[in-house]
Amino acid sequence: MDQQTKDLISNEISNNEVCLFMKGTPDAPQCGFSMAISNMLKILEVDYKGVNVLENQSLREGVKEFSDWPTIPQLYIKKEFVGGCDIVKEMYENGELKKILENKEIKFKK
Amino acid sequence: MAMDLKEIEKHIKEALPDAKVEIQDLAGDGNHFSATVTSSKFSGKSKIEQHKMVYNSLKGKMGNELHALAIKTKE
Repeated sequence: MDQQTKDLISNEISNNEVCLFMKGTPDAPQCGFSMAISNMLKILEVDYKGVNVLENQSLREGVKEFSDWPTIPQLYIKKEFVGGCDIVKEMYENGELKKILENKEIKFKK
Repeated sequence: MAMDLKEIEKHIKEALPDAKVEIQDLAGDGNHFSATVTSSKFSGKSKIEQHKMVYNSLKGKMGNELHALAIKTKE
């Protein structure tokens, strides 16, 4: 991964408390898994930044290396990698996602 | 290139010999699978670590030959 890509990823997760690397945008997701996390965050009324990896091939590959995670979407909350679609879905269903948001003092609909 | 169900199971069991693996071909296209993996090796590990263990067992196939594998891990 080149330095530029690394900086881009670092900046996104530093500047956005909740940052979702996804295929497509929050308004027009291009993949069912990206849409799923996007929808969960919308239901919880979390203010998040969706970063569309389809716009940038080096970002698409770079974020996998950055997180050491082979798939997209990837959710970061306050610079911490929370998980991909399966984990976030499980956490959404068992209430852990709300706990993390609360612990990290992120505003959401309780 | 698609992968078949048995091949996925074989890779996971090589890495996690005690694992109980249930795989479903979700769309019947050899591209979208779900796997439920139960192993004692997951004990004490975070969900992220558990999923990484499954991904690692697939040796880089995830995200390449294997487009979609929904994973659920249990201890």
